[in-house]
Amino acid sequence: MTSLMALVVGVLYAAAIYMMLRRSIVKLVIGLVLLSNAANLLIFTAAGLRRDAPPLVPDDAQVPAGLVADPLAQALILTAIVIGFGVLAFAVVLIRRAYEVVEADDMHQMRDTDT
Amino acid sequence: MNLLVILPILIPLTAGALSLLGRHSQRVQAALAVIGSVALVASAVALLLATWEHGHIVTELGRWPAPFGIVLVSDLLAAIMILLSAVTGAATAFYSLGSISIAHRKGGYFPLMHLLLAGVNGAFLTGDIFNLYVWFEVMLVASFSLLILGGERAQMEGAVKYVTLNLVSSALFLSAIGLLYGLVGTLNMADIAVKLGEVDSGMTTVIAMLFMVAFGIKAAAFPFFFWLPASYHTPQVAVSALFAGLLTKVGVYALFRVFTLIFDMDDPLIHQVLLWGAGLTMITGVLGAAAQFEFRRILSFHIVSQIGYMMMGLALASVSVLALAGGIFYIIHHIIVKANLFFVSGLVYRLRGSYELKQLGGLYRDKPWLALLFLIPALSLAGMPPLSGFFGKFIVIRGGVEAGAWALVAAALVVGLLTLYSMTKIWAEVFWKAAPEHTASAPSGSNTLLYATVTGLALITVAIGLGAQPVLVLAQAAAEQLLDPTRYITAVLGEAP
Repeated sequence: MTSLMALVVGVLYAAAIYMMLRRSIVKLVIGLVLLSNAANLLIFTAAGLRRDAPPLVPDDAQVPAGLVADPLAQALILTAIVIGFGVLAFAVVLIRRAYEVVEADDMHQMRDTDT
Repeated sequence: MNLLVILPILIPLTAGALSLLGRHSQRVQAALAVIGSVALVASAVALLLATWEHGHIVTELGRWPAPFGIVLVSDLLAAIMILLSAVTGAATAFYSLGSISIAHRKGGYFPLMHLLLAGVNGAFLTGDIFNLYVWFEVMLVASFSLLILGGERAQMEGAVKYVTLNLVSSALFLSAIGLLYGLVGTLNMADIAVKLGEVDSGMTTVIAMLFMVAFGIKAAAFPFFFWLPASYHTPQVAVSALFAGLLTKVGVYALFRVFTLIFDMDDPLIHQVLLWGAGLTMITGVLGAAAQFEFRRILSFHIVSQIGYMMMGLALASVSVLALAGGIFYIIHHIIVKANLFFVSGLVYRLRGSYELKQLGGLYRDKPWLALLFLIPALSLAGMPPLSGFFGKFIVIRGGVEAGAWALVAAALVVGLLTLYSMTKIWAEVFWKAAPEHTASAPSGSNTLLYATVTGLALITVAIGLGAQPVLVLAQAAAEQLLDPTRYITAVLGEAP
């Protein structure tokens, strides 16, 4: 399972980088979306995939019984998803505004500030 | 709970929230900007004094004990950075009150400024690697919005690059955190440092390099600096100054923190990468600046080149304490000077309506005091004694000589000379040569606040230069703390590892 997930993460990173190297700013944002999801899946996989119980503590105990899944990694991913969502929403609005101002969705038309 | 450690985050957050609530009243916004920034400076001074006296100050948030909860840790480096961010924030607040238009204030300028400071201060104080990521994002979102405030074409073009590169950096940072958590199972930086010492895995190097790239992008180090000169000259000049002073230095701070505390600097690969990165960052930055003829773009490229000196201090840290102290001294000097140079460029723009060197001139004849106010930070940046930049460069280079890194020392000296060339270019074009025929008339409006800000920062530069000894003592104490991670670990985890 872990190797499969590793493969998926790898493909996602590769696809993200490929999309970001394209000239269209829409594809650039799609690349960013893929990249942020790839990072989340990487955390999920790196923290260990196991078929354990959910991390719930029974009413009459201090610690969960037996092996449980690690809740911290899931909390990290949840935080990262929320942050990623906010930032990507900004990026989408930004490329829309950039498209309106520059009147092209081509990165090569956006080189005025480079030289 | 120690209130002193939380205040530098709490004050700008509160000021930002109140500022947002009072966004319809210009007077409320202005009052909050002044009160918030002055209170932040006061709390930063108190924090530095307390840290100087007691050593590390640690606060466990929500009373969750380390390493399970999030801790805020103030050591000398963090406290110094907080003070610098507070001073830059205050300068920006005063400058903004005199320069930001009503339309931009209605666009939410002041709340975003406070929020940016909260993010920066949080990144300096946190002792938890994932929390560092969260503060980075707080800072980034605020900086994105500040960058595009106004919505001109150049801003949009700059922002697309700035946003993309910074999000790539965040994704790499997040990946590194995930791999690190998979390896050691903890997020507390002190705990990571302990546990990583027990792990012997090639993965450590991979994670170290991911951190290096992620923070290298934030710090605008070679070869990841392209976003900076493409975007820093586009927003309002007060925003440019705030970014120039603080944002890249958060990346540098993260490099200093992670590579002294968590990773082993004796690792030859890390050492070599930092050395080459430092040298190439210096050289490419200064050469880029030499080719530019726009005031703020020259200054932007010089940010890149100066980051190299700080990285040089870090790269040589394992060999020479003095080099690391020099790096810290350099950060102190650089933040003040660089913000001030951007402020001066804004004043020139208000007087002449242009940033292009070709369209400027004759300001020495018209405004001799402004010329003097430019010369102080400019010569300091180039490293002229007795100004602050001379001592910064001198200590770093002295550390380089101690470490026997002759190539890097030579690069640092040549880059210093080329910096002087850039600064004299600005001097000759903007102040010395006769004004071109079609000079724009001076726009109306009072510039008193702007002059006061620039003068204040220039005085700090002179003070750091004349009182270099106490600053060096402080920087050395901070460097010694950094090079002895057991003190940090003991302070956080409460027992000897």
